Amino acid sequence: MGYERQADFGTPEATSDEPVTLTIDGREVTVPAGTSVMRAAAESGGSIPKLCATDNLKAYGSCRMCLVEIEGARGTPASCTTPATPGMVVHTQTPRLQKLRRGVMELYISDHPLDCLTCSANNDCELQEEAANVGLRDVRYGYEGTSHLGLPTDTSNPYFQFDPSKCIVCSRCVRACAEVQGTFALTIDGRGFASMVSASQASDNFLSSECVSCGACVQACPTATLQEKAVKDVGLPERSVVTTCAYCGVGCTFRAEMRGEQLVRMVPYKDGKANRGHSCVKGRFAWGYANHKDRITSPMIRDSIDQPWREVSWDEALSFAANKLNGIKQQYGARALGGITSSRCTNEETFLVQKLVRGGFGSNNVDTCARVCHSPTGYGLKTTFGTSAGTQDFDSVMDTDVVLLIGANPTDGHPVFASRMKRRLREGAKLIVIDPRRIDLVRSPHIEAAHHLPLQPGTNVAVLTAMAHVIVTEGLANDQFIRERCEVDEYEDWASFVSDVKHSPEFLEEVTRVPAQDLREAARLYATGGNAAIYYGLGVTEHSQGSSTVMAIANLAMVTGNIGRPGVGVNPLRGQNNVQGACDMGSFPHELSGYRHISDVETRALFEKDWGVALDPEPGLRINNMLDAAVDGSFRAIYIQGEDILQSDPNTQHVAAGLSAMDCVIVHDLFLNETANYAHVFLPGSTFLEKNGTFTNAERRIQPVRKVMEPANGYEDWEVTQLLANALGLNWTYTHPSEIMDEIARLTPSFAGVSWERLCAEDSLQWPVNEEYPDGSPIMHQDRFVRGKGKFVVTEYVPTDEKTGPRFPLLLTTGRILSQYNVGAQTRRTANTVWHAEDVLEMHPTDAENRGLNDGDWTKLASRTGETTLRVRVTDRVAPGVVYTTFHHPATQANVVTTDYSDWATNCPEYKVTAVQVMPSNGPSEWQEEYSDLSERSRRIEGEEMEPAE
Amino acid sequence: MSSTIDTLHRMADQIARNFQHMGVESAVEATADHINMFWDPRMKDAIFANREGLTPIARAAIDELAAGIEPEHQTRATVFNAVDEVGHVDAG
Repeated sequence: MGYERQADFGTPEATSDEPVTLTIDGREVTVPAGTSVMRAAAESGGSIPKLCATDNLKAYGSCRMCLVEIEGARGTPASCTTPATPGMVVHTQTPRLQKLRRGVMELYISDHPLDCLTCSANNDCELQEEAANVGLRDVRYGYEGTSHLGLPTDTSNPYFQFDPSKCIVCSRCVRACAEVQGTFALTIDGRGFASMVSASQASDNFLSSECVSCGACVQACPTATLQEKAVKDVGLPERSVVTTCAYCGVGCTFRAEMRGEQLVRMVPYKDGKANRGHSCVKGRFAWGYANHKDRITSPMIRDSIDQPWREVSWDEALSFAANKLNGIKQQYGARALGGITSSRCTNEETFLVQKLVRGGFGSNNVDTCARVCHSPTGYGLKTTFGTSAGTQDFDSVMDTDVVLLIGANPTDGHPVFASRMKRRLREGAKLIVIDPRRIDLVRSPHIEAAHHLPLQPGTNVAVLTAMAHVIVTEGLANDQFIRERCEVDEYEDWASFVSDVKHSPEFLEEVTRVPAQDLREAARLYATGGNAAIYYGLGVTEHSQGSSTVMAIANLAMVTGNIGRPGVGVNPLRGQNNVQGACDMGSFPHELSGYRHISDVETRALFEKDWGVALDPEPGLRINNMLDAAVDGSFRAIYIQGEDILQSDPNTQHVAAGLSAMDCVIVHDLFLNETANYAHVFLPGSTFLEKNGTFTNAERRIQPVRKVMEPANGYEDWEVTQLLANALGLNWTYTHPSEIMDEIARLTPSFAGVSWERLCAEDSLQWPVNEEYPDGSPIMHQDRFVRGKGKFVVTEYVPTDEKTGPRFPLLLTTGRILSQYNVGAQTRRTANTVWHAEDVLEMHPTDAENRGLNDGDWTKLASRTGETTLRVRVTDRVAPGVVYTTFHHPATQANVVTTDYSDWATNCPEYKVTAVQVMPSNGPSEWQEEYSDLSERSRRIEGEEMEPAE
Repeated sequence: MSSTIDTLHRMADQIARNFQHMGVESAVEATADHINMFWDPRMKDAIFANREGLTPIARAAIDELAAGIEPEHQTRATVFNAVDEVGHVDAG
């Protein structure tokens, strides 16, 4: 489509069911009660001038441009703050109004530079547009007096600039920061003529302020005051394409605004149902990796990882890969081959990779990164509810009275959803945080958690069972819900289990380190505070009892009846953009798409008939078992699409040993990632901007990904997989991902009603989409659980085998930070590094003092598995005895120290609990030095001068 | 024992330990069922050949599987969708 600004109705949509009819400029208009006159006019095709109003912010009534005349009313009220009432007769265009508006505009322009022709917002400026609309022809006040025109521009933020000389002090940016983002980093400093927008304190610039660079202020600004630097550099966009972000599981939709083939900016799509027009620093700004100099666009091969890479044609690379795969299959059998699908790639691409492994390689050795993040969610929710996906849509949080947040840090990991949660908390919902760290939500502007339970890492099950103890023994269970919706016999067994005094908060306090009284009060609040919703993340799943913790969460939701309606539920916050989709598409070694076991004869027959091949009836290997089998010699080749297991998976040295032992490692990626150091074939990948397909977010929402530019490597990723399949003789003939989605729909009952065409027409669908739910399913388990009655499961607390002791007295837990994403392959190649250039180790002041460590010192972090070095940050955000770091940088390789311990049911690694010691250091660890050498050697490309890795 | 056998023993023991609350008989069935539905054949073969040192519930489960006895499903986690069924969803 050509470029046009997104429609702006001036004030938010009213939600009332009651209609109101009024007359505007002679036209009868009917709107929901509570709608402003401004919005009513806009919805009926009219237009009232405005500057301080925009429809994602509450009406403010300050600019005085939107004045109207209302018959029978005195004066000229602001249409943005005046609600429509029955029978109201409004005039929006009269000589009186025109004169008033022109006078107001004259005042604005008297302190605004008249550099429109050279301004970067020329033709995309609301002030310019409204000046034309009101017919401003002259400024009687002249330009000689005191003005703001000489104020310097703040260019400190890497992505946007603040030019106060162009500011009209409409406060849209300040209000967007408060209302939409919830950070309150901006304010209006000074009074009267001296009033100006200020980031945090007067001494701050945007970079040093509390600003989180979400872009809401830039989007809200009606002038060029806050504007993307890219617009200044490239010019205004001339077309736009709506697509879906490739970062976290929120699944924000954006308008990719283009000038020719160049992406100018990503603007959050106001009609996006996951993000409702908001964004974060990653999705909004951190897309520069697509054109980073590290990107590899030619296929490369080598016989051994000691050799430099050799750039070759696609034909040669694919033939080389096919020969290796065929040779290994012939010598060692099909079960020596496998693959890893990517949760960053589309549903269609993921589906093809698992099809290639099962139908082409001939094994079920296919797995995905959900193995290392949310696999316990699947196990736990399937056991209790009969289904594993999140039970709600994101909108549900606006009906929540009590938020129980456990093992998640949404302001960093899922920032756009966190902003909606913060909005609800500011409206009065209560918050319970269960986390070893004092995450930002515990206390941030206008938000304070009612309870923060800073538990000892590894004791989630004990804490949740203790909460259940309180609910059951204090008579707070929802007996009616349990009787009607759950298996009563199992409930009684479970209730008897949790009622045992050994599960009381007091008894468990020594283990959990949570004060019993705090825990009791939190449990009472969850059970009695109204609609209560649980949101959780990897702090729940990445434990040796991850699956048990998920079941304990489900038990809490059932015992209090908090399932099956808006405002409640169990909500896993998915890490990567398409984790849900990758799971749906049959990426796990034991099941085909739609969660049907590979041993099921009828299911296998369905796929065998469609694909024309026989399938192995036995489950395949999980990622960690593939690596074990590689070391043992029975697993010899792997095709990895869009994952970097060397950096992301635990016990790096074991991953390296497994990869080193294989005869053929095929990495299909944008960059020579860490895993590619051990690869023999490199197939260049395409970015989300260069492909068509679909992603499925944490709400089960399937959304289109649309190609906005041609792939720099020549092919979309699904095409690369097809090329490899055809090199193996499979004769695939897809010409567009829509054909792959048709195959998915044909073979997968929950996707039966999904098609590319329908998604493009409707923007998104939440599965299941089938005959029973033709328009999808926003909230699950409304009348019954998917498999009938809810099942309470006894969750006995089993301590992890990873123990602290004299050698390793501290517990390390890991996580992520706002500006970086996962292994950082994308975000490290953007200006986001200005906020997080290296991983650091958070340590409590007491622990630091005991070790003679000061803030910023280099430290050695050692576990039973390995050691690395990084700088320490001394902070009381972590409790004594606990340290915390991120895993975004390969130079640190935090996973060198994490262990092989994993969830008992799914083998999701126990990233969150590692016994460590920390001591002063003056240099890199032995592993870091060796790995640095290997990495440098392994990234050599024949004919190219060697460059540092990053 | 090789490192892989150690790992398989740890996995089997850990599964058994988490089913222990069901009582021995059910825990043995549940452990066997879990391994049957989620483990690759080479993993099963390897542990069949190296049973010494397993904890009692895990050992009994492995003995049952090695004898070719098909365990009954004990949890919903091992009950999957039928070919035309939308119902179950799992990420494990």
